[in-house]
Amino acid sequence: MKCRICQSKAVIRIERHNTAFCGGCFSGHMHKQVERAVKENNMFTRSDAVLVAVSGGKDSLVLWDILLNLGYQATGLHVDLGIGEYSRLSREKAEKFAAAREAKLIIHDLRNELEAGIPEVAEKTDRPPCSACGLIKRYTFNRIAGQIGFSVLATGHNLDDEAARLLGNVLRWQHAYIKKQSPVLPALHEKLVKKVKPLCLLAEREVAAHAILHHIDYIVEECPNAKGAKLLVYKEVLNRLEEDSPGTKDHFYRSFLRQPTAAPEGPEAAPQACGRCGQLTSLPEKNPRTGERKPEGSLQEDPQSRHPPFPLLFPESKVPTPLCGYCRLIERM
Amino acid sequence: MTVILHHPKRETQIRGPKTVFTLLQELKLSREAYLVIRGEELMTEDEAIYDADVIEIRPVISGG
Repeated sequence: MKCRICQSKAVIRIERHNTAFCGGCFSGHMHKQVERAVKENNMFTRSDAVLVAVSGGKDSLVLWDILLNLGYQATGLHVDLGIGEYSRLSREKAEKFAAAREAKLIIHDLRNELEAGIPEVAEKTDRPPCSACGLIKRYTFNRIAGQIGFSVLATGHNLDDEAARLLGNVLRWQHAYIKKQSPVLPALHEKLVKKVKPLCLLAEREVAAHAILHHIDYIVEECPNAKGAKLLVYKEVLNRLEEDSPGTKDHFYRSFLRQPTAAPEGPEAAPQACGRCGQLTSLPEKNPRTGERKPEGSLQEDPQSRHPPFPLLFPESKVPTPLCGYCRLIERM
Repeated sequence: MTVILHHPKRETQIRGPKTVFTLLQELKLSREAYLVIRGEELMTEDEAIYDADVIEIRPVISGG
């Protein structure tokens, strides 16, 4: 198989583009696709300080690698989640990459803040580990980015991640989540940083190939908590469709982006500051009957409900201010 | 050929020669979800693998 551009020996075939590339031309293709996603979606410019959420996996390291190559001011942020050997290795990979590229990496160890890692948090709060992990990562990335003055947070979500998540959301018609699937989520409040996904046009296979060709040492193992995750099932289904009909994932995701529902919506109600940490409380889901939102984290009774969600612990005059999801999780520990 | 697989990491012996495409098909592995590496080189589906080769079949899905 020959490279479509230079006719030398190809190292990867990309069926959905009906093309093949040698190592050098493939690298050029990857950089071009990231630059295109950044520019077409107005993600950031070369004068912006970009914080890259770096897990030690292929996606975040490849993203960081390409952004540095393209001349963007990209600093890494690694959250050590305290998931035993998996987290130890992940952190090692992130540190090794940063040292090799002489790039700045900020490490946040969850155990220093909570005296517990994800397994202990999940056990103490009786919450699925992936759910606790997702909530803690979203909160921590946003908080730290704001604290140290970054206006943009970039994550390594690739085309397969986005298409699989979209499939899951569409199967359940989760409109609120579908609206959040844009490759750019603008900072709609001073306590929120802009979130961007510059790898959203690149398939998982291409990202892994870039890591291998550029000798990026990433964690190949799966997180021990990921076994049986629904997202992996959706990815498997989409890969079967992709093999049968190349371009399915790309078409599914890009067609979604052209829909008016893909545009991120502004807050319909003013978000409130968490009574404990000062970060924003997430907007609760609308009541399908009334269209109103129930204040999340407050202990007020839902007037539409015959029973309060949990017993009222405070007299009405002493209702505490709302808590964000992270602080509610921590309070349960 | 010696084939290195992941999740969990293990080694197995398979008789060659055969192409990357055939090997993945015989192992019932999706071409979308795996890359085949010989030494430090990525292999395309039409390339042949011989008995003396040591190859790694790496899943593209990893991490959390």
